[in-house]
Amino acid sequence: MSAETPDIAEAEGAEISAGSSRWRDLGRELMKAPPTAKFGMIVIVIYILVAIFAPIISPYKESQIIGPEYLDIGQAYYTKDNGRIEPLFSEDEIADAREDGHEIGTLVLGTDNLGRDMLTRVFYGARNTIGIAILTTCLAFALGAGTGMLAAAVGGWVDQILSRIVDVLMAIPQLIFALLLLTIFGTSIPVMITIIAILDSTRVFRLARAVSMNVVVLDFVEAAKLRGEGLGWIVRREILPNIMPPLVAEFGLRFVFVFLLISALSFLGLGIQPPTADWGSMVRDNATLITYGIATPLIPAGAIALLTISVNFVVDWFLQKTSGLRDE
Amino acid sequence: MSEDSERREASGEKGEVLLEMRGLVIEGMAGETWHGIVHGLDLTLKRGEVLGLIGESGAGKSTIGLAAMGYARPGCRISGGRITFDGVDLTAASEDEKRKLRGVRIAYVAQSAAASFNPAHRLIEQYSETPVEHGVTSKSDADADAIELFGRLQLPDPDNIGYRYPHQVSGGQLQRAMTAMAMACRPDLIIFDEPTTALDVTTQIEVLSAMRDIVEDFNTAAIYITHDLAVVAQMADRIMVLRYGHLVEEADTREMMADPKEDYTKSLWAVRSFKKEKAPAPEDAVPLIQVDHVTAGYGKLTVLKDISFSIYPKRTVAVVGESGSGKSTAARVITGLLPPSSGDILYKGEALPGDFRRRTKDQLRKAQMIYQMPDTAINPRQRIRDIIGRPLAFYLGLRGSELEQRVLDLLQMIELEPKQFIDRFPGELSGGQKQRVCIARALAAEPEFIICDEVTSALDQIVAEGILKLLDRLQRELDLAYMFITHDLATVRAIADEVIVMYQGEIVEQGDKDDMFTPPHHEYTDLLLSSVPEMDPDWLDQLLAERAKSEVKVKLAGN
Repeated sequence: MSAETPDIAEAEGAEISAGSSRWRDLGRELMKAPPTAKFGMIVIVIYILVAIFAPIISPYKESQIIGPEYLDIGQAYYTKDNGRIEPLFSEDEIADAREDGHEIGTLVLGTDNLGRDMLTRVFYGARNTIGIAILTTCLAFALGAGTGMLAAAVGGWVDQILSRIVDVLMAIPQLIFALLLLTIFGTSIPVMITIIAILDSTRVFRLARAVSMNVVVLDFVEAAKLRGEGLGWIVRREILPNIMPPLVAEFGLRFVFVFLLISALSFLGLGIQPPTADWGSMVRDNATLITYGIATPLIPAGAIALLTISVNFVVDWFLQKTSGLRDE
Repeated sequence: MSEDSERREASGEKGEVLLEMRGLVIEGMAGETWHGIVHGLDLTLKRGEVLGLIGESGAGKSTIGLAAMGYARPGCRISGGRITFDGVDLTAASEDEKRKLRGVRIAYVAQSAAASFNPAHRLIEQYSETPVEHGVTSKSDADADAIELFGRLQLPDPDNIGYRYPHQVSGGQLQRAMTAMAMACRPDLIIFDEPTTALDVTTQIEVLSAMRDIVEDFNTAAIYITHDLAVVAQMADRIMVLRYGHLVEEADTREMMADPKEDYTKSLWAVRSFKKEKAPAPEDAVPLIQVDHVTAGYGKLTVLKDISFSIYPKRTVAVVGESGSGKSTAARVITGLLPPSSGDILYKGEALPGDFRRRTKDQLRKAQMIYQMPDTAINPRQRIRDIIGRPLAFYLGLRGSELEQRVLDLLQMIELEPKQFIDRFPGELSGGQKQRVCIARALAAEPEFIICDEVTSALDQIVAEGILKLLDRLQRELDLAYMFITHDLATVRAIADEVIVMYQGEIVEQGDKDDMFTPPHHEYTDLLLSSVPEMDPDWLDQLLAERAKSEVKVKLAGN
């Protein structure tokens, strides 16, 4: 403390924490986290690792048919753009597969309805579904949070117009609206990402606008306006850092909803298209097998459920931390 | 009334010890460990006695006040010592026993009555809740009692005011209603925790006199917690000065006022002695800022009615008045946040655009503002480096090492150790330090004119004095003109060259400071000036006696 300020020295004492201890604090916070949150974090880390290293850890290729008794059917299933039916694998590959003579029983999770290794499909499914869901959520946040903060900062008719557009979009059931739009624009991955991002950004808009409203009335925003700062600065530098905690928590929840929506769309056949591995379509493709008492469709379904629950555990803990709601 | 006297008899004679604390230790959780808040305090309170606790924020005053009820805030614990209330050891008593004492025998009046009332219930329902809940009286008796107490506390229309909701009465009335509520069970002890801090001076007088009368009438013991010495001098029989959880000095009020022993107490007493050197009379014919017949308001509501005043370079103009008098609105008009509906703001004789968005960058730079609440005036997610550096980069185009050097210079100028503070976040600063950062941010723009909106009212007196001295030094060094908005006349005395008194959107009087503090005044100025508590234990009595004669109070202060 400086010698020139005896009047204000000392008073703070213990409350000052140096910036360098921040990582240690983070580590301590993680250790103190409830078991549910720890469980969630471990599951999420595993999912992410699997998604990143899917090509390395998978025993086979994404769409490789390995059950020998399926190989002939497999050829018939693959159609090229020019309309001619061509084999999926070369004669050599089929020969290799026959030589290896895989028995379905020796595979950890067995094969799916087309004789592809289920474990490989689940690994690749993590990569595809999670990757697309994260991309979509990021897009939804960029759009929703941006417009939400803009609406709060500018107010007036800009706020009115944006809010009413969002009201209209939110008035239509999301899944049905998504199905409709996908039918109109075609079912490619970029189209699906765009449509889900726009639909989901409405929820993000509402949240971002509401929390920003509490920030824009504070004096430092007024001070920035009086300084002559532009809108971009006020939104990015004055408002955004102050609304990060609720946005981060919402990101977790939004990701889960996007993930479920993609899975639902894939299940309905309008999401990610075969032969790309994706948990939603994997449930649909194998759904009939359940009637034979085979658990195959439950595996991707379980993967979806586990991720959803884990993210929720972590978000719950994070929200409790940042909102200051503690049991005291 | 007969009931009251019975209860008073039952509560025992004056002089008997009611509350005793021995070696009280209270700790609070910070980070991962327990830190001491109160270190071994001894306190004795007799029946009918009023004890004043004073000290800066962080001295542990409120913590001790709550401990008198056997209560510790969440995250705090009473870890040592004994608290005995009328023979009951509160540190050992069960929650149930303590709950029976609270509200019935020990009552608490909080700083913000507005935050303590439930906005969804009528005042009288909240009044009778405690006595009925504790089985002291029936609902109808409690209601009748409430009306009587409202009358004794000089609330207007006592028969009906209880049937209003909290938002339908003024702040001063609400604070009195809360005092009435605390009295509902005729407790033996009331704890007043800064009950008048949030009120205007003119309202404060009424609340103070009402509280004092009622405490005397019912022979109630009280602990009066405040940081305002002049107020405690009116209320307390005995004063304890606290600092960092330690007792500094304890004595009877008159003795303490006349002859403080400890250096720290003396420094508290000397706070109000700061007075700046008078600035020379304005030479320039053209004022720096001229407010010319400005009328402004929000929607249909007119807040400012045709006001005109001028601010000359290097001078300080203090604008005083109660809340709602239009002081802050005047500042908003000058900064351009609220364009006037008629009239002009002239800068060196040239009219400024009414809306700040149409002003040039240079016009914005010349007039800066410092806010009342330093907590909200700086972005908690930006480092000090960025907060002070932004105006430098924005207005003056400084970059890199040049920018950094200037930030360090500014920190030096506001008396904060530059290297230590430059990379901190506002959360790591005390209130006074934050206010200094706000000053540095204003200075960074190299302005000619600064509006200070109640800049010291959220701070402790010693810290506030430091800020005033700093502002004064900067004015002399940098030739600044200040518009100083305040409701604290002690601040006006300290720093103003000229004074403008506002009342209900109009200027009732303006002129040189010395003229303003010498009679004759406009009668509102007179009311305002006479309402500022003085460091004299007899001041309130004398004032009330005078006012009873002149009746100016009835005319203007009446709600």
